[in-house]
Amino acid sequence: MASLDDLKKRITSVKSTQKITKAMKMVAAAKLRRAQESAEKGRPYSEKMNNVILNLSNGISDKENAPKLLSGTGQEKTHLCVVMTSDRGLCGGFNSNIIKKAKSYFAKILDEGKELKIITVGSKGNDQLKRVYGDKIIENISFKESKNVNYFDADKVGKMVIEKFEVGEFDVCTIFYNQFKNVITQIPQAQQIIPLNNEGEESSSEESYEFEPDEDEILSNLLPKNISTQIFKAMLENSASEQGSRMSAMDNATRNAGEMVDKLTIEYNRSRQAAITKELIEIISGAESL
Amino acid sequence: MSEEFKVEIVNPEKSFLVKDDVSEVVVPAFEGEMGILKDHISIISFLKPGIIKILSKSGDENFYVEDGIVEFKNNNLSILTSTIFNLSDMDKSKQQDLLKQAEEEANKTDINDQSKYLADQKVEVLKTLN
Repeated sequence: MASLDDLKKRITSVKSTQKITKAMKMVAAAKLRRAQESAEKGRPYSEKMNNVILNLSNGISDKENAPKLLSGTGQEKTHLCVVMTSDRGLCGGFNSNIIKKAKSYFAKILDEGKELKIITVGSKGNDQLKRVYGDKIIENISFKESKNVNYFDADKVGKMVIEKFEVGEFDVCTIFYNQFKNVITQIPQAQQIIPLNNEGEESSSEESYEFEPDEDEILSNLLPKNISTQIFKAMLENSASEQGSRMSAMDNATRNAGEMVDKLTIEYNRSRQAAITKELIEIISGAESL
Repeated sequence: MSEEFKVEIVNPEKSFLVKDDVSEVVVPAFEGEMGILKDHISIISFLKPGIIKILSKSGDENFYVEDGIVEFKNNNLSILTSTIFNLSDMDKSKQQDLLKQAEEEANKTDINDQSKYLADQKVEVLKTLN
C-alpha cells in the first residue's frame, strides 16, 4: 500500500487536473454557443446559394457544354480529398472520427486503383495522416491565427481548390468534416463538391427564370463561389462540433477525476486508520507486558 | 393593392438585412444597373461592384457591394454577397482604405481581363462616393 504522503500528493494532483478540465469545459461551452450561433446564421447563405444553383442547373439547356465544375471532367481518375480538422487537441473523438471516415474512403479509392491527393485543413489532421499518407498530402493549411471562422479563410481554400482543378490536377473533390447535430452527437461527413452532386434533389419551383447574362456565364461565375461557400459551411459546422465535442469530453474528464478523488480519499482514510490502529496495538501490548 | 415586396440580403456570416416594405431596389447588375419593382419577372443575375439602392416607406438605404448574386422570385428578392457595407456606416477613412486596395488591384499587371475590369469598376464607384 502506498504511503500516506504519496496518496496525499496524488489527491492534490488529480484535484488540480480536475480544475483544469472544468475550466476548459466552461470555455468550450461559451465558445460553443457562439459557434453554434454563427453556424445558424451562415445557413441562409448556403441554402440560398444551393437553391439558385439548383434552379440554374435545371434550366441549363446544353448539358454537354455545362461548366466542368458542375458536370465533372468526364473521368474519375484522380481524387482530391480536403480533410478538415481542428488545430487543437483535447476534444474527444472529434478529430479521430473525421480521420477514420477519411481513411476508409482513402482505402476504397486506392483499392480501385485511382490516384489520391490530400489537402489537410487544421494541424491535427495533418499530424494523424502524415504517418500513413504522408506522400499523398499536397497541401497543409492551418488557421491558427484567426480567432473565429471567417469567410476569407474559406475563400482562400476554395480558390486553391479551383486553381488546382483548372490545371487538371484532379477530377473529383470531396470534403470531410463533422456535422454538428448536438453537443453529444457529431456526424462525420464526406461531401462531394466537384463535380456538384445534385442528383436526388428536386428544384422547388417549376418556374422558369430569366437570366442576365446567360445561364452559362452566371453558372461559371457562381460555381467557384459555391465551392467557397460549401467549404465555409463545413468550417462553421466543424468549429461548432469541435467545441461541442470538447465540452462533453471535458465534462467526462471532470467527472472521472471526481470519482478518482473519492476513491483515493477512501484509500487515504483507510490507511490512516490502519496506521492509528497499529500504533494503538503497539502501545497496549507494550503496557500489558509491563 | 400595395406596391411593396420583400428584400433579403445575406452574406456568408449572417442575414444582413430583411425588409418587407420595399417599393424599389436598384442593383448594379453585371450588364448595367437594373431597377426592380413589384411583380418583376423571375430573374437571376450577378452583380458587379456598385451601389444597391433600396427605396422603402421606412426610408431609403444605400449599400456598397463588390460582388454577389440576385435572385427575384414571387416578389422575394434575395441578394447574396460576400462583401457589403451600409453607406451610412461607412466613413471616409474606410472608403479611402477600400479605394487604395482597389487601386492596387487594378494596377497589377498579372491579372486577367475580367478581374481587371472588376477592379476598375471598384475604383470608379469608390471615387464617386468621395
